[in-house]
Amino acid sequence: MLAFIARRLLATIPVLGMVAVFVFLLLRLTPGDPAAVIAGDNANSQQVEEIREKLGLAQPLLTQFVIWAGKLLQGDFGESFFFKKTVAELITQRIEPTLALSFFTIVLAVLIAVPLGVIAAYKHDSWIDRGVMGFSVLGFSVPVFVIGYLLIYVFAIEWGVLPVQGYRRIAEGFWPFIERLILPSATLAVIYIALIARITRASVLEVLGEDYIRTAHAKGLTDRVVLMRHALRNAAVPIVTVIGIGIALLIGGVVVTESVYNIPGLGRLTVDAVLARDFPTIQAVILLFSVAYVLVNLLIDLSYTLLDPRIRY
Amino acid sequence: MTETPVLDISNLTVDLPPGADRPKAVEGVGFDVRPHEIVCLVGESGSGKSVIAQTVMGLLPKTLKPSAGKVMLQGEDVLTAGAARLRELRCTRMSMIFQEPMTALNPVMTCGDQIDEVLRTHTQHDEAERRRRIRAILAQVRLPEPDRMIAAYPHQLSGGQRQRIMIAMALVLEPALLIADEPTTALDVTTQAQILELIKEIQRSHATGVLFITHDFGVVAEISHRVAVMQWGRLVEFGPTREVLSRPQHAYTRMLISSVPSMTPRVRSRRADAALVLETKTLGKTYISGGWLGRPTTVRAAEQVSVEVRRGETLGIVGESGSGKSTVARCIARLIEPSDGAILLGGSEIAHMGTGALRPHRRRIQIVFQDPYRSLNPRRTVGESIIEGPTNYGMARAAAFARARELMQLVKLDPLSLDRYPHQFSGGQRQRICIARALAMEPELLIADEAVSALDVSVQAQVLALLDEIRRKLELAMLFITHDLRVAAQVCDRVAVMHQGRVVEYGEAAEIFTRPGHDYTKALLAAAPGRSWEFGAFQGA
Repeated sequence: MLAFIARRLLATIPVLGMVAVFVFLLLRLTPGDPAAVIAGDNANSQQVEEIREKLGLAQPLLTQFVIWAGKLLQGDFGESFFFKKTVAELITQRIEPTLALSFFTIVLAVLIAVPLGVIAAYKHDSWIDRGVMGFSVLGFSVPVFVIGYLLIYVFAIEWGVLPVQGYRRIAEGFWPFIERLILPSATLAVIYIALIARITRASVLEVLGEDYIRTAHAKGLTDRVVLMRHALRNAAVPIVTVIGIGIALLIGGVVVTESVYNIPGLGRLTVDAVLARDFPTIQAVILLFSVAYVLVNLLIDLSYTLLDPRIRY
Repeated sequence: MTETPVLDISNLTVDLPPGADRPKAVEGVGFDVRPHEIVCLVGESGSGKSVIAQTVMGLLPKTLKPSAGKVMLQGEDVLTAGAARLRELRCTRMSMIFQEPMTALNPVMTCGDQIDEVLRTHTQHDEAERRRRIRAILAQVRLPEPDRMIAAYPHQLSGGQRQRIMIAMALVLEPALLIADEPTTALDVTTQAQILELIKEIQRSHATGVLFITHDFGVVAEISHRVAVMQWGRLVEFGPTREVLSRPQHAYTRMLISSVPSMTPRVRSRRADAALVLETKTLGKTYISGGWLGRPTTVRAAEQVSVEVRRGETLGIVGESGSGKSTVARCIARLIEPSDGAILLGGSEIAHMGTGALRPHRRRIQIVFQDPYRSLNPRRTVGESIIEGPTNYGMARAAAFARARELMQLVKLDPLSLDRYPHQFSGGQRQRICIARALAMEPELLIADEAVSALDVSVQAQVLALLDEIRRKLELAMLFITHDLRVAAQVCDRVAVMHQGRVVEYGEAAEIFTRPGHDYTKALLAAAPGRSWEFGAFQGA
């Protein structure tokens, strides 16, 4: 087990190395000059050149990479071109909203989707099943921003029960913090509810056909016990896998949702940094997402051993 | 013998949903099971024997509905019992064990918890008392180290141990009726013998009535007091076992019993100077897994296997699961590469040939696999499946189809059905198609890997006859992999008995079956169910 974790962590090093090289090159090989953005519309080419010199962009690519990678290895993400702060500072400021939003989204999605999927499988081919499946098709097809504005319109504008947008730190009080996360989490959760409910249904349905389910019935257990104790845990591995993929995909979803609800998180930071061609920030954020992705996957793999005793690393 | 029956089924009819191959799954069936008695319910697949078991337990799929009759369990009609009452009866008055103990146990729950669940559901005992009872029942089913068994997950136990856990779970509350649905079919023959012995023993000591479902007359002869024979949803014969086995009244029963292969090997004439087709020299296959930062594990699946097959001769490789018999077959067919040793196919050494060099030799060895349902591509017509090999080796389509039609005749199927799909054929017909497919390549060696194990006895007898006829007609060399000693006795000229990856005994079939030399062979022969019964030698016929 420990050897497995060590092996997996070691394997992430080349992955992150490749991500670093790729992001670095991609940013520099696409058109758009950070110096021009910083200098503004009225600057002349002399000024732009000076800024470029100052940012270190005039040096050869390889030199730039070596400097950046060297600092990175010492834990220094560099300084933002645009925000006049270190990248580390920027990220620390922005990470809380994103973490909070992602966390609530996943919790909300799992709490709603898993029971829905189980019920749909149990009531296979009934109107409940068809209802859940219909909802999940809808959840897949409607874009995040449409759901977002729809929820804002109904809950914030028409009924006025929740704030339209914005974010409060948890340090500023629990309710204001939660209140502003409900709509964004719900918005973002819709697609995951659809995804997880579907896979739960399929997975439970398959397990319900297994011999040990028949054995469980033959023992005189009630349907509820058969479903919860015997079926769900056996169906868990694919469900957990999809939840893991969901967490990884959240990164994309967060960008739109943070924009719709005006939440100052990493998603918004990414958008702003890309628009400003803020190379150090983009590089750091993408590397961070990659690390998160790798870790989530590792956790998912480790969770298999808890769910299924046959899986051992 | 005048005790009231534990189970009394009368005039039971179960309807099939519209569109099935017949309107009733079970029609007008009636028989009883008394305390202290084992009643075998025998029949081929589709005869309705499992439907009866499921009806008694109230576990029928929703699409099947009992429409007439009574199923009295100790005087209570289970057909009219509600869902809650049925749940109460399960495991307390009637219990069921199933064919495949691996899949019948929940893989993510410990065995102890699974037995405990029965006690928690049906009794008010506290934890200490439940624990005491679990240990007691584990001792009764002869499982050693109760603490280890309680903490073990099903996959950590052997097949026999798992079935013992199932039996423990079924019997922990001492039900009056035990329904055993093919409980030993998935087990090795030596394990099967032990489980049968256990069921007999427990049934004697607990006054339990046992309804034992099986397709195997060997098992019937071994354990049952009375036997009920089913055909197409109807009960065709019911009576004391000796009576039915020696003087069957119904033609179907006679046919079934006569189809059971004899344990006495058949001596067949063959030429001693026939050409050598296949020879393996100290063939071995070792699997190594793990490595890189972990401990590598080594499994010797087969070691030092040296056998030979001549033209027109059948060599049987006999062994239990995990003995390495299939590994040897796969090495010979070069589906996997052996780790050491040599394979001489008509003089060419193919053990370590590369993919390209091997290709011309591939057609010389063909395999027929165990499961005819899964070894044909369901989305291709059988004609396409048969000609695929020959056309791959350059035969023109028209010629290949002409050959396919001949082969269909050879395997006794309608040549006009070449454009049908596998699902339109029965299991036995599909296996014939698989044989035709293999023969289309004009192989020198035909490997039959448990090729008749998934078939009903009557169909099995036909397919065995067919294989033998083909071997004679085409003078094929045949390698017959099987776990079934009866089958081996009937088709093999020579036999290699495998145990734990090694050939422990190798020689003439007649010799090995009558005078086994190795202890393992002796144990294997002693374990064969119904070995003392000569099936088909009817009295007063």
